[in-house]
Amino acid sequence: MSDPEHLSETVTAALREAPAGEGVSARRMTLNMGPQHPSTHGVLRIMLELEGETIYSARLDIGFLHTGIEKEFEVKTWQQGVTLTDRVDYLACLSNNLCYALAVEKLLQLEIPPKAQWMRVMLVELTRLNSHLVWLGTHALDVGAMSVFLYCMREREDILRIFEAFSGQRMMTSYIRIGGLALEPPRGWDQAVRRFITAFPSKVDEYESLLTRNPIWLERTRGVAVVPVADLLDLGVTGPCIRAAGIGWDIRKSEPYSSYDKFDFEVPVAAEGDVYARYQVRVEEMRQSTRIVKQALEGMPEGPWQADAPHVVLPDREKMKTQMEALIYHFKIVTEGFLVPQGEVYQTVESPRGELGYYVVSDGTARPLRVHMRTPSFGNLQGLPAMIEGRLLADTVAAMGSLDFVLGDVDR
Amino acid sequence: MIQNTEIVDAARIVEFCRSLKDQGFERLATVTAVDRHPAEPRFEVVYHIHSIEHNQRRRLKCRIPSAPAEIDSVVSVWRSANWYEREVFDLFGISFRAHPDLRRIMLPDDWDGHPLRKDYPVHGHRYSYKDEEGAG
Repeated sequence: MSDPEHLSETVTAALREAPAGEGVSARRMTLNMGPQHPSTHGVLRIMLELEGETIYSARLDIGFLHTGIEKEFEVKTWQQGVTLTDRVDYLACLSNNLCYALAVEKLLQLEIPPKAQWMRVMLVELTRLNSHLVWLGTHALDVGAMSVFLYCMREREDILRIFEAFSGQRMMTSYIRIGGLALEPPRGWDQAVRRFITAFPSKVDEYESLLTRNPIWLERTRGVAVVPVADLLDLGVTGPCIRAAGIGWDIRKSEPYSSYDKFDFEVPVAAEGDVYARYQVRVEEMRQSTRIVKQALEGMPEGPWQADAPHVVLPDREKMKTQMEALIYHFKIVTEGFLVPQGEVYQTVESPRGELGYYVVSDGTARPLRVHMRTPSFGNLQGLPAMIEGRLLADTVAAMGSLDFVLGDVDR
Repeated sequence: MIQNTEIVDAARIVEFCRSLKDQGFERLATVTAVDRHPAEPRFEVVYHIHSIEHNQRRRLKCRIPSAPAEIDSVVSVWRSANWYEREVFDLFGISFRAHPDLRRIMLPDDWDGHPLRKDYPVHGHRYSYKDEEGAG
């Protein structure tokens, strides 16, 4: 597909197809955008057919980052699988950790203690902030506002430091495990989080002062990439793009998981459905996420941070050295993993990008029979051609930024 | 959350899906497959559908044999099925009849085999540890 010979074939084919006598069609040109292009945020190839600067058709070529993660699940134990979930959407590691953990916990029928649930909510909301900050910075950079990127990365760094304090890792956290959390929350975690969320709302104001009424930003984003919401849903688009087109569908509200129903927050909705509306929705989501983190911090329940399930959760180090039973459990979990009862579950969470779903099938053994990831970026990207066809080439970059896809999440 | 699975006759899948769409299931969340090798019928094609308005999800499942591993495409019902079905075609080798653009999506066009089949080794067909002998 990618060899130059084939490409020139496509061009000649396009010219051949052009009806004779129509001057416009005869001038049609094929432009290959990507796989290495700064605005594709990864490796995505778009084959554009242009008439002048207008896009006549767009075809997407994906799969450059396919790493066979779903296949690899077959040879991992259930708990080892958590580390694979990080590597799908590398900007929303904890959302993926959570979705997988919830699915397997449902099969195991585990009861997760409130502290772990609230901690999970707090961490996935910080993940949402992290992801939206990267989105805002790179989206603005693509459209030409360079300084926003620097501001966003500054706050993102604070979030990554919090993740590092919790899990020892900045990005591939694997902190949410089946049965609870990987480690006890570190000493002083609450102060670090409090410091961050106290300062953060004013930082959002700062980003808004750079963009919200910026005439160039408005010119580049308003009325761009509008598609009727019914078409978006039909094409598989989810998340902020749907909410920016007038439907207030958020899985945290419609199918609450991990105690989200106990938190007070709003789902931002906009009606216009253009790139600017998606910007507004995500910025407002950042404010709402700050609210959720604050509530989690203030109302954090006391108690254990792991489920009372010795056959799933590794025992405390001290117990392992002093109690025979704990030692046996430790040995069994480490050497062969734990068995998960036969069954299947489709678990969804609202990831920063939309509906993230894990379809997990167990045949009763220590390894999954099948783990399928319904990743939001894969669905969202299918909506791209509808957004850019018939529009100017320069709008492609704005439309791509507004979809906020991560190619690792598309290709898996 | 979905509790139960509805088994649908593979020959009726398009008709069934269309009637569900008319009932308000405007979204096809995902299409995937499960390989039950060496059991027969070998494959399960699994559809997760969703209605935002009714806040309801359903799981449909079609059992199809290893030969011919074929089923009708539901792209005519939900356009999002286009990539979902291409992915299943690519990784499981299940063909979707009347699909408008059935090509590999993740792997290169000249790839050998379908990796998510259970008889496909995790390290791939082309690679084996024997190749490394003497290399180090």
